[in-house]
Amino acid sequence: MAKPSLATTKIPLAGNEAAAYAMKQVNPDVVAAYPITPQTELMQTFAQYVADGEVDTALITVESEHSAMSACVGAAAAGARTMTATSANGFALMWEVLYIAASLRLPITMTVVNRALSGPINIHCDHSDSMGARDAGWIQMYAENPQEAYDLLLVALKAAENHDVLLPAMVMYDGFIISHTMEIVETLPDEVVRDYVGAYKPAYALLLDEKPFTVGPLDFHDYYFEHKRQEIEGTEHAPAGLAQAAAEYEKVSGRRYGPLESYRADDADVVMVALGSTAGTARYVVDVLREQGKAAGLMKLRTFRPFPHAEIAEALGNAKCVVVCDRVASFGAFGSPTFTEVRSALYEVPERPLVINYIYGLGGRDTGPDLLEQAFAEGFRVAETGKIEQHVGYLGVR
Amino acid sequence: MEKKKGWKEIPMGGLITEAGNAEEYETGSWRTFKPVLDKEACNNCLICWIFCPDTSIVVENEEMVGFDYVHCKGCGICAAECPKKAIEMVLDQEE
Repeated sequence: MAKPSLATTKIPLAGNEAAAYAMKQVNPDVVAAYPITPQTELMQTFAQYVADGEVDTALITVESEHSAMSACVGAAAAGARTMTATSANGFALMWEVLYIAASLRLPITMTVVNRALSGPINIHCDHSDSMGARDAGWIQMYAENPQEAYDLLLVALKAAENHDVLLPAMVMYDGFIISHTMEIVETLPDEVVRDYVGAYKPAYALLLDEKPFTVGPLDFHDYYFEHKRQEIEGTEHAPAGLAQAAAEYEKVSGRRYGPLESYRADDADVVMVALGSTAGTARYVVDVLREQGKAAGLMKLRTFRPFPHAEIAEALGNAKCVVVCDRVASFGAFGSPTFTEVRSALYEVPERPLVINYIYGLGGRDTGPDLLEQAFAEGFRVAETGKIEQHVGYLGVR
Repeated sequence: MEKKKGWKEIPMGGLITEAGNAEEYETGSWRTFKPVLDKEACNNCLICWIFCPDTSIVVENEEMVGFDYVHCKGCGICAAECPKKAIEMVLDQEE
Protein backbone atom coordinates (compact mmCIF):
# COMPACT_ATOMS: atom_id res chain seq x y z
CA MET A 1 0.00 0.00 0.00
CA ALA A 2 1.25 3.44 -0.86
CA LYS A 3 1.87 5.89 1.92
CA PRO A 4 -1.44 7.62 2.62
CA SER A 5 -1.56 10.98 0.97
CA LEU A 6 -2.41 13.98 3.07
CA ALA A 7 -3.39 15.83 -0.07
CA THR A 8 -6.88 17.12 0.52
CA THR A 9 -9.33 19.10 -1.49
CA LYS A 10 -11.21 22.03 -0.05
CA ILE A 11 -14.65 22.36 -1.56
CA PRO A 12 -17.79 24.16 -0.46
CA LEU A 13 -20.39 21.58 0.55
CA ALA A 14 -23.65 21.67 2.46
CA GLY A 15 -23.99 18.98 5.13
CA ASN A 16 -26.12 16.79 2.88
CA GLU A 17 -23.62 17.06 0.04
CA ALA A 18 -20.73 16.29 2.39
CA ALA A 19 -22.43 13.10 3.64
CA ALA A 20 -23.33 12.08 0.07
CA TYR A 21 -19.71 12.66 -0.96
CA ALA A 22 -18.47 10.43 1.85
CA MET A 23 -20.94 7.75 0.73
CA LYS A 24 -19.68 8.08 -2.84
CA GLN A 25 -16.12 7.54 -1.73
CA VAL A 26 -17.10 4.54 0.41
CA ASN A 27 -18.89 3.12 -2.64
CA PRO A 28 -21.17 0.83 -0.60
CA ASP A 29 -22.59 -2.35 -2.13
CA VAL A 30 -26.18 -1.47 -1.25
CA VAL A 31 -28.07 1.69 -0.31
CA ALA A 32 -31.79 1.42 0.41
CA ALA A 33 -33.45 4.71 1.21
CA TYR A 34 -36.57 6.82 1.01
CA PRO A 35 -36.49 10.61 0.67
CA ILE A 36 -37.61 12.86 3.51
CA THR A 37 -36.97 16.51 4.31
CA PRO A 38 -34.30 17.56 5.27
CA GLN A 39 -32.40 14.41 4.21
CA THR A 40 -33.71 14.66 0.62
CA GLU A 41 -30.71 16.37 -1.00
CA LEU A 42 -28.39 13.77 0.49
CA MET A 43 -30.17 10.91 -1.27
CA GLN A 44 -30.80 13.02 -4.37
CA THR A 45 -27.07 13.74 -4.64
CA PHE A 46 -26.17 10.11 -4.03
CA ALA A 47 -28.77 8.90 -6.57
CA GLN A 48 -27.08 11.17 -9.12
CA TYR A 49 -23.73 9.45 -8.40
CA VAL A 50 -25.46 6.11 -9.03
CA ALA A 51 -27.09 7.38 -12.25
CA ASP A 52 -23.77 8.77 -13.48
CA GLY A 53 -21.98 5.49 -12.81
CA GLU A 54 -19.64 7.04 -10.25
CA VAL A 55 -20.41 4.27 -7.76
CA ASP A 56 -21.16 0.56 -8.09
CA THR A 57 -23.91 0.71 -5.48
CA ALA A 58 -27.21 -1.11 -5.91
CA LEU A 59 -29.63 1.68 -4.96
CA ILE A 60 -32.95 0.27 -3.76
CA THR A 61 -35.68 2.89 -3.95
CA VAL A 62 -38.15 1.46 -1.48
CA GLU A 63 -41.71 2.53 -0.67
CA SER A 64 -41.14 3.53 2.95
CA GLU A 65 -38.47 3.83 5.61
CA HIS A 66 -39.66 0.62 7.25
CA SER A 67 -38.81 -1.06 3.97
CA ALA A 68 -35.58 0.93 3.66
CA MET A 69 -34.20 -0.38 6.93
CA SER A 70 -35.61 -3.86 6.25
CA ALA A 71 -33.83 -3.92 2.87
CA CYS A 72 -30.65 -2.74 4.61
CA VAL A 73 -30.93 -5.62 7.09
CA GLY A 74 -31.44 -8.12 4.28
CA ALA A 75 -28.56 -6.71 2.25
CA ALA A 76 -26.22 -6.60 5.23
CA ALA A 77 -27.14 -10.18 6.20
CA ALA A 78 -26.41 -11.18 2.61
CA GLY A 79 -22.90 -9.80 3.08
CA ALA A 80 -23.15 -6.31 1.55
CA ARG A 81 -21.64 -3.11 2.91
CA THR A 82 -24.86 -1.20 3.42
CA MET A 83 -25.72 2.45 4.05
CA THR A 84 -28.83 4.61 4.26
CA ALA A 85 -30.08 7.99 5.49
CA THR A 86 -33.26 9.45 6.92
CA SER A 87 -34.88 12.08 9.16
CA ALA A 88 -37.63 12.47 11.76
CA ASN A 89 -40.83 10.60 10.91
CA GLY A 90 -39.03 8.42 8.40
CA PHE A 91 -36.61 7.50 11.15
CA ALA A 92 -39.57 6.72 13.40
CA LEU A 93 -40.99 4.43 10.73
CA MET A 94 -37.71 2.47 10.82
CA TRP A 95 -38.06 1.96 14.55
CA GLU A 96 -38.65 -1.78 14.99
CA VAL A 97 -36.08 -2.60 12.33
CA LEU A 98 -33.42 -0.43 14.02
CA TYR A 99 -33.45 -2.87 16.94
CA ILE A 100 -33.33 -5.85 14.57
CA ALA A 101 -30.31 -4.45 12.72
CA ALA A 102 -28.46 -4.05 16.03
CA SER A 103 -29.49 -7.42 17.45
CA LEU A 104 -28.41 -9.20 14.26
CA ARG A 105 -25.06 -7.37 14.67
CA LEU A 106 -25.18 -5.88 11.18
CA PRO A 107 -22.88 -2.85 10.79
CA ILE A 108 -25.19 -0.70 8.68
CA THR A 109 -24.15 2.96 8.59
CA MET A 110 -26.82 5.64 8.47
CA THR A 111 -26.91 9.42 8.38
CA VAL A 112 -29.77 10.92 10.38
CA VAL A 113 -30.46 14.53 9.49
CA ASN A 114 -32.06 15.71 12.72
CA ARG A 115 -35.61 17.00 12.43
CA ALA A 116 -38.40 17.40 14.97
CA LEU A 117 -40.81 14.51 15.24
CA SER A 118 -44.48 15.25 14.63
CA GLY A 119 -46.68 16.48 16.05
CA PRO A 120 -47.47 19.21 15.44
CA ILE A 121 -45.87 18.57 12.09
CA ASN A 122 -42.61 20.43 11.60
CA ILE A 123 -39.65 20.00 9.26
CA HIS A 124 -36.98 21.88 11.21
CA CYS A 125 -34.25 20.75 13.52
CA ASP A 126 -34.34 19.20 16.93
CA HIS A 127 -32.98 15.93 18.26
CA SER A 128 -36.29 14.25 19.11
CA ASP A 129 -35.83 11.71 16.31
CA SER A 130 -32.42 10.24 17.10
CA MET A 131 -32.59 10.76 20.87
CA GLY A 132 -35.64 8.52 21.03
CA ALA A 133 -33.56 5.68 19.58
CA ARG A 134 -30.77 5.97 22.14
CA ASP A 135 -31.56 2.48 23.45
CA ALA A 136 -31.85 0.81 20.04
CA GLY A 137 -28.31 -0.57 20.15
CA TRP A 138 -26.75 1.72 17.55
CA ILE A 139 -23.57 3.76 17.85
CA GLN A 140 -24.70 7.41 17.81
CA MET A 141 -22.46 10.36 16.90
CA TYR A 142 -23.47 14.01 16.52
CA ALA A 143 -21.67 16.14 13.94
CA GLU A 144 -21.28 19.86 14.47
CA ASN A 145 -20.77 20.96 10.87
CA PRO A 146 -20.49 19.65 7.28
CA GLN A 147 -16.84 18.70 7.88
CA GLU A 148 -17.83 16.41 10.74
CA ALA A 149 -20.81 15.10 8.74
CA TYR A 150 -18.23 13.88 6.22
CA ASP A 151 -15.54 12.72 8.64
CA LEU A 152 -17.72 11.03 11.26
CA LEU A 153 -19.56 8.95 8.68
CA LEU A 154 -16.25 7.38 7.67
CA VAL A 155 -15.07 6.91 11.28
CA ALA A 156 -18.44 5.45 12.35
CA LEU A 157 -18.46 3.02 9.43
CA LYS A 158 -14.99 1.74 10.26
CA ALA A 159 -15.82 1.31 13.96
CA ALA A 160 -19.16 -0.37 13.21
CA GLU A 161 -17.50 -2.93 10.93
CA ASN A 162 -14.80 -3.77 13.51
CA HIS A 163 -15.41 -7.44 14.34
CA ASP A 164 -15.10 -6.74 18.08
CA VAL A 165 -17.97 -4.25 17.72
CA LEU A 166 -20.34 -5.29 14.90
CA LEU A 167 -23.07 -2.77 15.59
CA PRO A 168 -24.88 -0.39 13.26
CA ALA A 169 -23.92 3.26 13.53
CA MET A 170 -25.79 6.50 12.93
CA VAL A 171 -24.26 9.92 12.41
CA MET A 172 -26.46 12.93 13.09
CA TYR A 173 -26.29 16.53 12.00
CA ASP A 174 -28.78 19.35 12.39
CA GLY A 175 -31.49 19.61 9.76
CA PHE A 176 -31.25 22.77 7.63
CA ILE A 177 -28.78 24.41 10.05
CA ILE A 178 -26.08 22.01 8.81
CA SER A 179 -27.77 19.94 6.10
CA HIS A 180 -28.45 22.99 3.95
CA THR A 181 -25.58 25.25 5.01
CA MET A 182 -22.55 25.37 2.79
CA GLU A 183 -19.11 25.43 4.38
CA ILE A 184 -15.65 24.65 3.17
CA VAL A 185 -15.10 20.91 3.64
CA GLU A 186 -11.74 19.21 3.36
CA THR A 187 -12.30 15.95 1.54
CA LEU A 188 -9.78 13.15 1.24
CA PRO A 189 -8.72 11.69 -2.10
CA ASP A 190 -10.86 8.74 -3.21
CA GLU A 191 -8.06 6.23 -2.83
CA VAL A 192 -7.31 7.37 0.72
CA VAL A 193 -10.94 6.80 1.73
CA ARG A 194 -10.93 3.47 -0.10
CA ASP A 195 -7.83 2.34 1.78
CA TYR A 196 -9.17 3.69 5.07
CA VAL A 197 -12.48 1.81 4.95
CA GLY A 198 -10.81 -1.21 3.29
CA ALA A 199 -12.49 -4.16 1.61
CA TYR A 200 -15.66 -5.14 3.46
CA LYS A 201 -15.36 -8.30 5.51
CA PRO A 202 -18.78 -9.30 6.85
CA ALA A 203 -18.91 -11.42 10.01
CA TYR A 204 -21.47 -13.58 8.25
CA ALA A 205 -22.92 -13.49 4.76
CA LEU A 206 -25.90 -15.45 3.49
CA LEU A 207 -24.78 -15.09 -0.13
CA LEU A 208 -21.08 -15.78 0.43
CA ASP A 209 -20.75 -18.37 3.18
CA GLU A 210 -20.70 -21.94 1.93
CA LYS A 211 -22.47 -23.45 4.91
CA PRO A 212 -26.18 -22.61 5.15
CA PHE A 213 -27.49 -20.92 8.30
CA THR A 214 -30.60 -19.18 9.57
CA VAL A 215 -30.87 -15.45 10.37
CA GLY A 216 -33.53 -14.05 12.66
CA PRO A 217 -35.23 -17.12 14.13
CA LEU A 218 -37.50 -17.20 17.17
CA ASP A 219 -35.55 -16.78 20.40
CA PHE A 220 -37.46 -17.35 23.64
CA HIS A 221 -36.85 -16.96 27.36
CA ASP A 222 -34.19 -19.67 27.16
CA TYR A 223 -31.70 -17.76 24.93
CA TYR A 224 -32.96 -14.20 24.16
CA PHE A 225 -31.26 -12.83 27.30
CA GLU A 226 -27.92 -14.38 26.29
CA HIS A 227 -28.13 -12.79 22.84
CA LYS A 228 -28.89 -9.39 24.40
CA ARG A 229 -25.88 -9.89 26.70
CA GLN A 230 -23.74 -10.45 23.58
CA GLU A 231 -25.12 -7.23 22.10
CA ILE A 232 -24.22 -5.32 25.27
CA GLU A 233 -20.70 -6.74 24.96
CA GLY A 234 -20.54 -5.30 21.44
CA THR A 235 -21.45 -1.85 22.77
CA GLU A 236 -18.80 -2.23 25.47
CA HIS A 237 -16.19 -2.82 22.76
CA ALA A 238 -17.46 0.14 20.71
CA PRO A 239 -15.43 2.86 22.51
CA ALA A 240 -12.17 1.02 21.71
CA GLY A 241 -13.40 0.42 18.14
CA LEU A 242 -14.22 4.11 17.76
CA ALA A 243 -10.88 5.16 19.26
CA GLN A 244 -9.00 2.89 16.86
CA ALA A 245 -11.02 4.09 13.86
CA ALA A 246 -10.49 7.72 14.93
CA ALA A 247 -6.74 7.22 15.42
CA GLU A 248 -6.41 5.75 11.93
CA TYR A 249 -8.52 8.58 10.56
CA GLU A 250 -6.29 11.15 12.22
CA LYS A 251 -3.32 9.62 10.40
CA VAL A 252 -4.92 10.16 6.98
CA SER A 253 -6.78 13.41 7.67
CA GLY A 254 -4.98 15.20 10.48
CA ARG A 255 -8.32 15.57 12.25
CA ARG A 256 -8.91 14.05 15.66
CA TYR A 257 -12.32 12.82 16.80
CA GLY A 258 -12.77 11.71 20.39
CA PRO A 259 -16.10 10.99 22.06
CA LEU A 260 -16.14 14.53 23.41
CA GLU A 261 -14.26 17.75 22.81
CA SER A 262 -13.54 20.30 25.51
CA TYR A 263 -12.99 23.98 24.78
CA ARG A 264 -11.44 26.25 27.43
CA ALA A 265 -12.98 23.94 30.01
CA ASP A 266 -9.93 22.93 32.08
CA ASP A 267 -10.05 25.94 34.43
CA ALA A 268 -13.71 26.83 33.84
CA ASP A 269 -16.14 27.37 36.71
CA VAL A 270 -19.11 26.89 34.42
CA VAL A 271 -19.03 24.39 31.56
CA MET A 272 -21.79 24.14 29.01
CA VAL A 273 -22.55 20.76 27.42
CA ALA A 274 -23.97 20.85 23.90
CA LEU A 275 -24.36 18.58 20.87
CA GLY A 276 -24.39 19.37 17.17
CA SER A 277 -24.33 22.82 15.63
CA THR A 278 -25.11 24.56 18.94
CA ALA A 279 -21.62 23.62 20.09
CA GLY A 280 -20.31 26.11 17.53
CA THR A 281 -22.49 28.87 18.94
CA ALA A 282 -21.46 27.94 22.48
CA ARG A 283 -17.77 28.13 21.55
CA TYR A 284 -18.33 31.72 20.41
CA VAL A 285 -20.18 32.56 23.63
CA VAL A 286 -17.36 31.05 25.70
CA ASP A 287 -14.91 33.41 23.96
CA VAL A 288 -17.18 36.40 24.64
CA LEU A 289 -17.47 35.49 28.32
CA ARG A 290 -13.74 34.84 28.65
CA GLU A 291 -13.10 38.34 27.30
CA GLN A 292 -15.31 39.58 30.12
CA GLY A 293 -13.12 37.68 32.58
CA LYS A 294 -15.63 34.91 33.25
CA ALA A 295 -14.28 31.38 33.49
CA ALA A 296 -16.63 29.75 30.99
CA GLY A 297 -15.99 26.54 29.03
CA LEU A 298 -17.63 24.10 26.67
CA MET A 299 -17.79 20.35 26.43
CA LYS A 300 -19.11 19.25 23.08
CA LEU A 301 -20.52 15.74 23.27
CA ARG A 302 -19.84 13.93 20.01
CA THR A 303 -20.55 10.31 20.84
CA PHE A 304 -23.83 9.81 22.66
CA ARG A 305 -23.85 6.01 22.32
CA PRO A 306 -21.94 4.38 23.84
CA PHE A 307 -22.15 7.16 26.42
CA PRO A 308 -18.58 8.22 27.41
CA HIS A 309 -19.36 8.47 31.14
CA ALA A 310 -15.76 8.12 32.39
CA GLU A 311 -14.42 10.77 30.00
CA ILE A 312 -17.26 13.08 31.01
CA ALA A 313 -16.50 12.67 34.72
CA GLU A 314 -12.87 13.52 33.91
CA ALA A 315 -13.75 16.51 31.71
CA LEU A 316 -16.39 18.07 33.96
CA GLY A 317 -15.27 16.98 37.41
CA ASN A 318 -13.50 20.24 38.26
CA ALA A 319 -16.30 22.62 37.27
CA LYS A 320 -18.56 24.29 39.82
CA CYS A 321 -21.61 24.19 37.60
CA VAL A 322 -22.41 22.25 34.44
CA VAL A 323 -25.11 23.60 32.13
CA VAL A 324 -26.48 20.82 29.92
CA CYS A 325 -28.26 22.08 26.81
CA ASP A 326 -30.37 19.59 24.89
CA ARG A 327 -32.41 20.12 21.74
CA VAL A 328 -35.01 17.59 22.89
CA ALA A 329 -37.55 17.12 25.65
CA SER A 330 -37.90 13.78 27.41
CA PHE A 331 -41.52 13.89 28.48
CA GLY A 332 -42.04 12.87 32.07
CA ALA A 333 -38.32 12.43 32.73
CA PHE A 334 -36.26 14.47 35.18
CA GLY A 335 -34.66 16.63 32.51
CA SER A 336 -33.49 15.85 29.00
CA PRO A 337 -31.53 12.71 28.00
CA THR A 338 -28.09 14.35 28.06
CA PHE A 339 -28.85 15.97 31.44
CA THR A 340 -29.79 12.74 33.19
CA GLU A 341 -26.79 10.87 31.79
CA VAL A 342 -24.25 13.63 32.41
CA ARG A 343 -25.57 14.08 35.94
CA SER A 344 -25.31 10.34 36.54
CA ALA A 345 -21.76 10.29 35.13
CA LEU A 346 -20.76 12.90 37.73
CA TYR A 347 -22.25 11.08 40.73
CA GLU A 348 -18.98 9.58 41.99
CA VAL A 349 -16.79 12.61 41.31
CA PRO A 350 -15.31 13.66 44.72
CA GLU A 351 -16.50 17.28 44.56
CA ARG A 352 -19.13 16.95 41.96
CA PRO A 353 -20.42 20.06 40.20
CA LEU A 354 -24.02 21.19 40.36
CA VAL A 355 -25.83 20.40 37.11
CA ILE A 356 -28.64 22.34 35.50
CA ASN A 357 -30.52 21.63 32.30
CA TYR A 358 -31.82 23.80 29.49
CA ILE A 359 -34.10 22.51 26.78
CA TYR A 360 -33.83 24.69 23.69
CA GLY A 361 -34.51 24.97 19.98
CA LEU A 362 -37.44 22.59 19.64
CA GLY A 363 -38.87 22.48 16.13
CA GLY A 364 -35.99 24.55 14.78
CA ARG A 365 -36.41 27.55 17.12
CA ASP A 366 -33.31 29.63 16.47
CA THR A 367 -30.89 29.55 19.38
CA GLY A 368 -28.39 32.37 19.13
CA PRO A 369 -25.60 33.57 21.43
CA ASP A 370 -28.01 35.68 23.51
CA LEU A 371 -29.91 32.60 24.67
CA LEU A 372 -26.76 30.66 25.49
CA GLU A 373 -25.48 33.71 27.43
CA GLN A 374 -28.67 33.54 29.50
CA ALA A 375 -27.98 29.89 30.25
CA PHE A 376 -24.36 30.68 31.20
CA ALA A 377 -25.54 33.56 33.43
CA GLU A 378 -27.72 31.17 35.41
CA GLY A 379 -24.80 28.73 35.53
CA PHE A 380 -22.57 31.42 37.09
CA ARG A 381 -25.31 32.32 39.57
CA VAL A 382 -25.56 28.65 40.61
CA ALA A 383 -21.75 28.38 40.79
CA GLU A 384 -21.52 31.44 43.07
CA THR A 385 -24.46 30.70 45.37
CA GLY A 386 -24.25 26.91 45.35
CA LYS A 387 -28.01 26.83 45.01
CA ILE A 388 -30.10 25.48 42.13
CA GLU A 389 -33.44 27.22 41.87
CA GLN A 390 -34.70 25.26 38.90
CA HIS A 391 -33.11 22.08 37.55
CA VAL A 392 -34.77 22.18 34.15
CA GLY A 393 -35.31 25.42 32.24
CA TYR A 394 -36.33 26.35 28.73
CA LEU A 395 -34.39 28.71 26.47
CA GLY A 396 -36.32 30.93 24.11
CA VAL A 397 -39.84 29.70 24.77
CA ARG A 398 -42.58 32.28 25.26
CA MET B 1 -32.02 -32.27 30.26
CA GLU B 2 -29.30 -30.54 28.27
CA LYS B 3 -27.38 -27.84 30.15
CA LYS B 4 -28.07 -24.50 28.50
CA LYS B 5 -25.14 -22.55 27.13
CA GLY B 6 -23.94 -19.12 28.27
CA TRP B 7 -23.70 -15.99 26.16
CA LYS B 8 -20.06 -16.57 25.24
CA GLU B 9 -20.76 -20.04 23.87
CA ILE B 10 -23.59 -19.38 21.41
CA PRO B 11 -23.58 -18.05 17.83
CA MET B 12 -23.75 -14.28 17.46
CA GLY B 13 -27.03 -12.47 16.91
CA GLY B 14 -29.26 -15.53 17.32
CA LEU B 15 -27.97 -17.19 14.16
CA ILE B 16 -28.75 -20.87 13.74
CA THR B 17 -25.62 -22.37 12.26
CA GLU B 18 -26.77 -26.00 11.99
CA ALA B 19 -29.51 -27.02 9.57
CA GLY B 20 -32.52 -29.08 10.65
CA ASN B 21 -32.16 -28.60 14.39
CA ALA B 22 -35.85 -27.81 14.97
CA GLU B 23 -36.14 -31.53 15.83
CA GLU B 24 -34.11 -30.85 18.98
CA TYR B 25 -36.71 -28.39 20.21
CA GLU B 26 -39.35 -30.21 22.27
CA THR B 27 -42.63 -28.52 21.49
CA GLY B 28 -44.75 -31.31 23.01
CA SER B 29 -44.80 -29.43 26.30
CA TRP B 30 -46.94 -26.72 24.70
CA ARG B 31 -49.85 -29.20 24.41
CA THR B 32 -53.12 -29.01 26.34
CA PHE B 33 -55.04 -31.74 24.45
CA LYS B 34 -53.36 -34.78 22.95
CA PRO B 35 -54.55 -36.88 20.02
CA VAL B 36 -55.39 -40.51 20.75
CA LEU B 37 -55.80 -43.06 17.93
CA ASP B 38 -58.59 -45.62 17.68
CA LYS B 39 -56.78 -48.29 15.66
CA GLU B 40 -60.00 -50.22 14.98
CA ALA B 41 -61.57 -47.21 13.22
CA CYS B 42 -58.44 -46.11 11.27
CA ASN B 43 -58.23 -47.18 7.63
CA ASN B 44 -54.70 -45.81 7.07
CA CYS B 45 -55.81 -43.22 4.53
CA LEU B 46 -52.99 -41.00 5.95
CA ILE B 47 -54.96 -37.79 5.58
CA CYS B 48 -53.77 -36.97 9.14
CA TRP B 49 -50.17 -37.37 7.96
CA ILE B 50 -50.82 -34.99 5.06
CA PHE B 51 -52.41 -32.32 7.24
CA CYS B 52 -50.20 -32.46 10.35
CA PRO B 53 -48.24 -29.16 10.38
CA ASP B 54 -45.56 -30.64 12.63
CA THR B 55 -44.71 -34.01 11.05
CA SER B 56 -45.96 -35.60 14.26
CA ILE B 57 -47.93 -38.47 12.65
CA VAL B 58 -45.77 -41.59 12.84
CA VAL B 59 -46.12 -43.85 9.80
CA GLU B 60 -44.47 -47.23 9.39
CA ASN B 61 -44.92 -49.40 6.29
CA GLU B 62 -47.57 -47.01 5.00
CA GLU B 63 -49.62 -47.50 8.14
CA MET B 64 -50.57 -44.90 10.72
CA VAL B 65 -49.07 -46.20 13.98
CA GLY B 66 -49.34 -43.24 16.37
CA PHE B 67 -48.09 -39.79 17.31
CA ASP B 68 -44.75 -38.13 18.04
CA TYR B 69 -45.71 -36.70 21.41
CA VAL B 70 -42.28 -35.05 21.83
CA HIS B 71 -43.22 -32.56 19.09
CA CYS B 72 -47.06 -32.71 18.75
CA LYS B 73 -48.43 -29.35 19.98
CA GLY B 74 -51.98 -30.71 20.22
CA CYS B 75 -53.48 -28.49 17.54
CA GLY B 76 -56.17 -31.06 16.74
CA ILE B 77 -56.02 -30.69 12.96
CA CYS B 78 -55.58 -34.47 12.55
CA ALA B 79 -58.72 -35.16 14.60
CA ALA B 80 -60.71 -32.55 12.67
CA GLU B 81 -59.64 -33.91 9.27
CA CYS B 82 -59.92 -37.65 9.98
CA PRO B 83 -62.79 -38.97 7.79
CA LYS B 84 -63.24 -42.01 10.05
CA LYS B 85 -63.34 -40.07 13.36
CA ALA B 86 -60.51 -42.33 14.50
CA ILE B 87 -58.62 -39.59 16.38
CA GLU B 88 -59.91 -38.15 19.66
CA MET B 89 -58.44 -35.11 21.44
CA VAL B 90 -58.24 -35.78 25.20
CA LEU B 91 -57.03 -33.54 28.00
CA ASP B 92 -53.30 -34.18 28.37
CA GLN B 93 -52.93 -34.58 32.16
CA GLU B 94 -49.85 -35.44 34.11
CA GLU B 95 -49.65 -39.14 34.68
